[in-house]
Order: sequence, then C-alpha cells, then structure tokens
Amino acid sequence: MKSKIGVYICHCGGNISDYVDVNKVREAVKDIDGVEISLDTMFACADSSQTQIANDISEKKLDGLVVASCSPKLHYPTFSAVAERGGLNKYNYVHANIREQVSWAHSDDKAGATEKAIKIVKAAIARVKESVSLEPIEIKAEKSIAVLGAGVAGMRAAKELADLGMQVYLIEREHFVGGRISQLDYLCGADETGKELVTQLYEKIHEHPNVTLFTGAEVIKKGGSIGNFKIKVKITPRYINDTCNKEELLKAIEVCPVEVEDDFNFNITKRKAIYRNYDSEYPQKPTIDNKNCTRCGECEKVCSSIDFSQKEEILDLTVGSILAATGFDPYQPKENEFGWGIENVVTLPQFRRIINMCDDKLVYQGKEIKNIAYIYCVGSRQVDGDNKYCSRYCCTATLYTSILTHKKYKGIKSFHFNRGIRTYGKQEVIYDEASQLGDIFLQSYEYDPATVEENGDKTTVKIKDILTGGQELEVDADLVVLVTGMEPRNDCSIGDVLKIPKGRDRFYNEIHMKLRPVETVIDGVTIAGACQGPKNIMESMNSALSAAAKSYSIVNKGELALEPIIAKVDKDTCIWCGKCAEACPYDAISMIKENGKDIAEINESVCKGCGMCLPVCESDSIDMDGFTNKEIESMINVLAMS
Amino acid sequence: MSTTGKELPKILVFSTEKISDPAIDMAGLLKLHYPPRVYTIPIPCSSAVKPRWILKAFEQGFDGVFIAADGTDCPYGESCTEKTGEIIRRTQEMLKEKGIEPAKLRMAAICSVCSEAFVKHMKTFTEYLVKQKTT
Repeated sequence: MKSKIGVYICHCGGNISDYVDVNKVREAVKDIDGVEISLDTMFACADSSQTQIANDISEKKLDGLVVASCSPKLHYPTFSAVAERGGLNKYNYVHANIREQVSWAHSDDKAGATEKAIKIVKAAIARVKESVSLEPIEIKAEKSIAVLGAGVAGMRAAKELADLGMQVYLIEREHFVGGRISQLDYLCGADETGKELVTQLYEKIHEHPNVTLFTGAEVIKKGGSIGNFKIKVKITPRYINDTCNKEELLKAIEVCPVEVEDDFNFNITKRKAIYRNYDSEYPQKPTIDNKNCTRCGECEKVCSSIDFSQKEEILDLTVGSILAATGFDPYQPKENEFGWGIENVVTLPQFRRIINMCDDKLVYQGKEIKNIAYIYCVGSRQVDGDNKYCSRYCCTATLYTSILTHKKYKGIKSFHFNRGIRTYGKQEVIYDEASQLGDIFLQSYEYDPATVEENGDKTTVKIKDILTGGQELEVDADLVVLVTGMEPRNDCSIGDVLKIPKGRDRFYNEIHMKLRPVETVIDGVTIAGACQGPKNIMESMNSALSAAAKSYSIVNKGELALEPIIAKVDKDTCIWCGKCAEACPYDAISMIKENGKDIAEINESVCKGCGMCLPVCESDSIDMDGFTNKEIESMINVLAMS
Repeated sequence: MSTTGKELPKILVFSTEKISDPAIDMAGLLKLHYPPRVYTIPIPCSSAVKPRWILKAFEQGFDGVFIAADGTDCPYGESCTEKTGEIIRRTQEMLKEKGIEPAKLRMAAICSVCSEAFVKHMKTFTEYLVKQKTT
C-alpha cells in the first residue's frame, strides 16, 4: 500500500476555484494517512507546475500521485508523463476530475460542489493507495501487413506500405482487382476513367517486389494479436492456367452456354459462366464462376488453358498488422420504393453502366431516353429506415452524370427531385455547371418525398416543390434514376472474423473519428475507405494513407509495448467454469491444466481490458489492474461516507 | 435541489471511460446541473461491473446505483447491452433477497453525447429515491 502520496489540486484559473473551495479540499485531505504532500496550484498543467510535481516525486520519493483537475480526457497523458519524469510508475497516478464533473456541473451549488470535490479527491487517494506498478507488455512485431481488399483504397495503402519497406499481402475476394471503381467509366473532377485509375494502381503494385497479390482469396480465420496475427487465407481456383492462350480463352467465353445476371453491370446485362468484366481488367485472365458453371466441357474443347483440376488452397500467413479496406455495396431499393420494379426505373449505378453502353443515343429497353428524373437520397437520410446517414458522394456523382448526358447525347432534359443538394467543398462548381445547362431542381422535405407512378406507358414523378412555395409539380419521365447511396457490405463476414465492432450505421467503427481515426478497438487492425462509412474516392485515398501510416507505425520497429491493463486470474481460486471464456469477445481466455487442475488462462497480448469476464466469474477469481476489487471498493467506501 | 445536498439521496454511477464519461463531462461543460450527490466511478465497459461492487455500494450507504451503459456504441462489441442487462438482472435478484428495492439499481444507455439524457436520468432517479426515503 502506498504511503507517500502527493496530492495536487488545480484551480484551473477560476474554472474550478470559482465554484469549489480549493483550500478547503486541500485541508480536508492533507492529514489522510499516506498523504505526504497536499498542494493547490493555479494551473497544474503549466510547465512550472509539472516541473514542481516531477521534482517532488523524485526529491520526496513519492510512491503515489493524485492530480485533481479537469477531465482525464485532456490531461491524463500529461500527468502520466510527469509521473514518469519524476521516476514514478505511471500506473501509480490517479486522476480526479473536479472540473467537468464537479465545478462546472454544480456551478449552481458551491457548497455541494466543494463537498463532492473532497469526496472525489479522497476516493482518488484511496485508489492510488491500492495501485500497483505495471510495465508495458513487450512483444515482437512482424514487419508484414495484410491489406484486405484490392479496391483503390486497398491498392493505394498496399503501394504506400510496400514503398516503406513492409512485406504486403494484398488479399482480394474477387478474382479481379479494382473493386467498385472499376465499374466507373468517368470520374468527377478527373480526366481519367475509374478503369484507368485501377490500371495505374495495379501496375504499381504488380511491379513492386514487396507486394504479393492474392485474388479469389479471403481471410477465414484470425488468431494471434497485434504484431503477430496468424491468418488463414482461403484461395479459390480460377480454373485457368498461368500460361493462358488469350485467343482460345475468348473462344471459350463465346462457346460457354451458361448465361447469368452480370453483377458487374448491376444485372442489366448477362454474362457467361467463364468471364471477365472488361478487356483491360486485371489480372488479365478470365475466371470461371464455379457457382454457375455446369461443367458441360464446351470451353475445354476450344481452350487448352482451362484446368478444372485446380483445387481450393488454404494459406497460413503471419502479419504484424491488418488493414481492412473492404468497401461498400450500393443500396438496393425495396420493392415499390420510388417505383422500383417499374421497367424504366433504374438505380444510379445501373444508369452509369447504361451510359457506358450507349454511344450516340441514350437507349434503355429499346426506347430512346430524353426526359430523365433523378430521385435523390434513396437509401440515405431515411426517415423510417436504418440508413440515417448521408452517403456523401451521390449528389455530386448524379450532377456530374447529368452533365455527361448533356455532353454525350442531344436533347436531354434532367429533373432533379432532391432534398437539398449537398455538393460540398469544391464540388459546388458541378452543381453550378448543371444549373447552367438548364437542369431543373425540385425539392421536398424528407417526410413528403417525390412519388413515382406508372400511368399506362408513362412514368410520372410528382412532388410538392418547396422551392415554388409547395406547388404540386409533375414530370413524365422516360427514365427514372434512383440515386442510391452506400451501404455496408451485405457479406460482412470479414468483420466477424476480425471482430471489428460496427457502429449504429452498421459500417465498421473507428475508435474516435477525430482523435483516433482509422484505428479500431482491435489493436493492430486499421480500417480504410468506404468500409468505415460513405466516402468519395478522394476521401477513401486519404483514409487509406492514414491507415497505412498507422499500420506501419505499429510494426516498423519490430517490437511493441502493449498497455498492461488486462484481466488476471487467481490460479488458486479459479475452478474453470468457462463463463469467462464465453463472455470474452476476443477469444483471449482458454483453459489450461496446471498442477492437475483446470484453470483459465488469459492471453496477455489478446486481452483488451474490457472487463467483460469480471462479473461472470462464479468464484470471483478474475481481477483487472486499475479496477481490482480493492481499488473499486476502496473508492466506494470513501464516496459513501457522510 | 441546489443545497449542500445532505438530505438528498446519494447515487453511485458506474460510467464507461470511452462512452458515457465524455457525456457526463459534456454535461458539466454545458453547465447542465444535476444533484451534487451523484458520484462517478469510471470503468472500461459497463459489462465489467461486478455485482459485489453494487452490493457494496448499498451496504456502505448509497441510496441508488446507476449503470451508464455503453449500449450499442460499446467499442468492445455488440453483446455489451445484453451482458450489462444480465448483470442488472442478476444483481436485482440479489438485492431482492437482501430486502433492497431492485428499482434502486438502474441502467440506461448513455452515448458519448447523451449529456441531457444523463442529467434527466440523475434528476428523475434522485426524485424517485427521495420519494422512497419519505414513504
């Protein structure tokens, strides 16, 4: 138990002392057994105060430190560092929050605030008395990183990490790289297509000696922890030989009798069971869709590169960090949602594929398109549905698409049924350009959106337009384009494997969007791109570079120091009921045999210190440093005193 | 309720470092006042509260215990709400056995910006405990 404790009570200018009688607090704690020094200070965080605290620690050989000041969110790291500068283990320092949770919260009641501050400082002293010195857990870190997803974010991150000297395993679930961006034939604000962007990135990673690309591959199991993850990668066969003959392969595609919906074109066209999505796609080899191939053998008759003897492989890899850039899915409208199901109602992703397929005239289902009605925020900013968020990219993408239709085809009229256009930042010029081209904007509130009706051979979009004082307006549209937003991937099994928590929007969660972006609560696992939330390409690239920098910083030294606040098992009292292992969300607890007895063992590098195992232990054999029974109950005893 | 508060009930709040603590801090920042006999002990996750700590609080003289739960925002996983709920259920059973009104143990999800909700909970819980004391 600590017996030479320094207590420093901050005035915070007047933020604390205007409402809390700091002198009274200091007097109330100065004679507590074990308190060596009790001082008040105008600003505990000032350089001079920090120096004084550090000097006191070293000169008076303090064994515990309490600083009563603002929220620990602001200055816990500051005073932890002061403790260490003075030669005190930082886990022998306890922070007491007497500003946000006392002086400000009870600025209407000075006597009550002072009484509460005294209790809180006394509780901190009680806690620090029971504290123990802890050392970081040192572990070796593998200088290799798995990047999951070879879309633009994943490829950009892989290239950056490889340039920094990391061994990168780039793992793509599909048989081709590029992700959603390869489906784009034009990009807003760039003079290149999505396919060209993908090609540029592919060439960089393809020629890089530090990048190993796996396609048709997915992580099916993760073990180990930060610095030393053990992952199992399942690689599905492409059924095409490495020494493929291009002409024969094209012939094989031609003779394949199987036709299925082409999801690359969002089901508006068909493709064969042996396929590639477009000519310049990488890797430059078709693949066979195992789910739909009937093994009729027609392709084998014309192509010597077909090899059905290829088998699924399981690969074991060890990596120091994992960077997930697994992307998004476009929102799929529900039946009848804004006319979904009517023949000439399509989604924005489908419309962009249609534009790519039509050269001189814009034609869909055999009819030429002149009047286009765009309905915004389909699957985003939902009043009743789960998707409360704005998908960010769609206003700009729609207006840019509209501008393109004007440039590519003659006589196009565009009507934008929106809920407020959000072409933020530099993208505002796109809005201006569309307006200059004569596009009509009609706006409604979220609770009274536009409606789509099929009247004979016409499809009519109606709106109560708030821009014209609530007039009811309608447009007969040749084509209705539903501007669908982004959603988390339907298949989010990789999140389950990696145990990345999801937010209320069902996208993967960063620890803190401002203070700790791209980091997840799973140490060593970072996230980038639209798997974290809706983003445009520029934002995805930014987050990819952030995640790459973070993952690199984890492993580049080859060793790691982990936070030692983890669960600990009392081997004498543990009777292995298994409930702790069930409660642990990280599989950090397993059963071991010791001295002929089954007991629980905590994997120190996997435990995150959440404490979920503590209350379920039947024999109360698990404690966690910083939150031990002694520490918590000593605080309760003090706080309960009248 | 703006007195020294000695006649007011005493409430112990188990609050989570990453989620509900920021909300309680923000309540202070916004000067959203609540009774001063509300004391907070920070913990990593609301599913980490041991029933013995809650029982200890009542034994030592707290009138009410409030778990400011992470809810669906828990950074440690989606099972948090269910697990915290189970701790509450088990502990309320224990309280019943000891003759303590189970409603003196409450739980609510307090997200990192739920400052107003926290203050409202503290006020209504205090009012409830005042009534319990006087009846």
